[in-house]
Amino acid sequence: MTIKLGVPSKGRLMEKTFDWFGARGVQLSRTGSDREYAGAVEGVSGIELVLLSAGEIPRELAAGRIHLGVTGIDLIREKLSGWEQRVEELAPLGFGHADLIIAVPDFWVDVRKLDDLDAAAATFRARNNFRLRIATKYHRLIREYLRQNGVADYQLVDSQGATEGTVKNETAEAVADITSTGETLRANHLRLLDDGPALKSQATLLRSKSARMSKQERADLTTLMKQLALT
Amino acid sequence: MNTVSAKATALRARFEAAGAVPVETSILQPADTLLDLYGEDIRGRAYITSDALRGEQMLRPDFTVPVVQMHMDGGADPARYTYAGTVFRRQEEDESRPNEYTQVGYEVFDRVEPIAADAEVFALISDALGDAPVRASTGDIGILMAAVCALGTSEARKAALMRHIWRPRKFRALLDRFSKPAVARDILKTSDPFAKAGPEIGLRRKSDVLARLDALRKDIETKPISAREIELIEALLNVRAMMPHALEQLRDLAVDLPAISSAVERLGQRMEALKARGIDVVKLEFETSYGRSLMEYYDGFVFGFYAETRPDLPPIATGGRYDALTQRLGQGAEIPAVGGVIRPDLLLELEGAV
Repeated sequence: MTIKLGVPSKGRLMEKTFDWFGARGVQLSRTGSDREYAGAVEGVSGIELVLLSAGEIPRELAAGRIHLGVTGIDLIREKLSGWEQRVEELAPLGFGHADLIIAVPDFWVDVRKLDDLDAAAATFRARNNFRLRIATKYHRLIREYLRQNGVADYQLVDSQGATEGTVKNETAEAVADITSTGETLRANHLRLLDDGPALKSQATLLRSKSARMSKQERADLTTLMKQLALT
Repeated sequence: MNTVSAKATALRARFEAAGAVPVETSILQPADTLLDLYGEDIRGRAYITSDALRGEQMLRPDFTVPVVQMHMDGGADPARYTYAGTVFRRQEEDESRPNEYTQVGYEVFDRVEPIAADAEVFALISDALGDAPVRASTGDIGILMAAVCALGTSEARKAALMRHIWRPRKFRALLDRFSKPAVARDILKTSDPFAKAGPEIGLRRKSDVLARLDALRKDIETKPISAREIELIEALLNVRAMMPHALEQLRDLAVDLPAISSAVERLGQRMEALKARGIDVVKLEFETSYGRSLMEYYDGFVFGFYAETRPDLPPIATGGRYDALTQRLGQGAEIPAVGGVIRPDLLLELEGAV
């Protein structure tokens, strides 16, 4: 059997991951046609490349179906509860930088910080008879962050895409999303809170704590770690 | 019948014998009521499911809310209820904690003698726990509330403190901020606060922003809460002793903080009522802060029974007074209410360990 390495199946995240491994003497590549999710590994033995959606990699690592995986730390923390018990962070890869942020309409000149958001939520709820809505797909992370910072009287509404448009469409009053540049926010007349991001994320190489390994696989993993200068 | 349900049935029979009417509630509860009461945090603690017709439904995380709703829909006055059944709690931190377990409860709706009702519920639960090695902690959030209401500061600041009374860390941060002179933000000094701002979008309107700026302006005028008052609140929060000693300390504090006198006297009366029911109050702990991070609906007497020999276990029984909850669910009506629940599974575990 082989050590399974899960890598995002498309786009820049895949290319950058290939580059990162390539720079360390491990060549990853897609094989077959563009549409076929099959891959090859050269430079080390006993390693199999599994191409997956970045969003599925946390679950596969937690279940032990892959031994290693590359994905954003934001996805790990959102999707895996007790993530420290289930995966180990081996190395930040230095790309795929993204911040999980909370943004409010720019014209809310009274709201600069989370404390202001809390105060705004209190009066909003009193006036509208429902809680101030924050659109996001990062429910667990944002709920925990707001709880720790004492924000009440809000509700999270699910938004799987075009989150920045929800305020103008009046389906939410504020948004919580991943942003790398902030341009989309500005274009939608939104502004970051001054407290800084709820989470700073980047692509990370992770190891599953539950994947079983034979003696041979353990040896192959050790060789790979040496090759990647991670021991 | 397994042992947990046999235990649950026996406990409920005990509560029936004390005069309670047995009731049942649906397992699926409309999520909006519970979300409105508890806020977003409940999503981290309860299971939510949905269908296209009824929308979001929650697997009951407790019985109190549906029992209150049922009572407010036309229950007798006064009334006593008991129930036994499964509640469901998401466990996202600790896999060893069960996500479904049995609760047996006793709830009293009585507007005539609330203090006697507090003692009745506590004593009944204490008796039902029998010889299990437990120690009880009690508190009364009403004392802190009375102190906050009487602070020499603006209504807005008091309202902010009251709103966060169940979030100790945020409450502390607010108290710190209100004890220092407020700093005027630059935005309050500009003639047109919207000069550099984007267009008005979303349901929170420009008028809401202006109203908040006004509130911030007024807040700058507000004098800091005096060091003396902060000290008294801190002293109040630090009261933790066996009930008779705690009462003494609180009475001393009430000399400087007369606003808490009636809440403190209620504690005194409750202590007498507990004694009359055979509770050894000398061994009963009282802590002003107790229960502050529990469910938000408790607004008076609160209690919990803990396994002395098993500090790893969650409380074996908990309860408290929730007058404000009946008001919020009563659509205009209200009735003082107090109740408590026992977890028969934990009780069995503890009895087995004796």
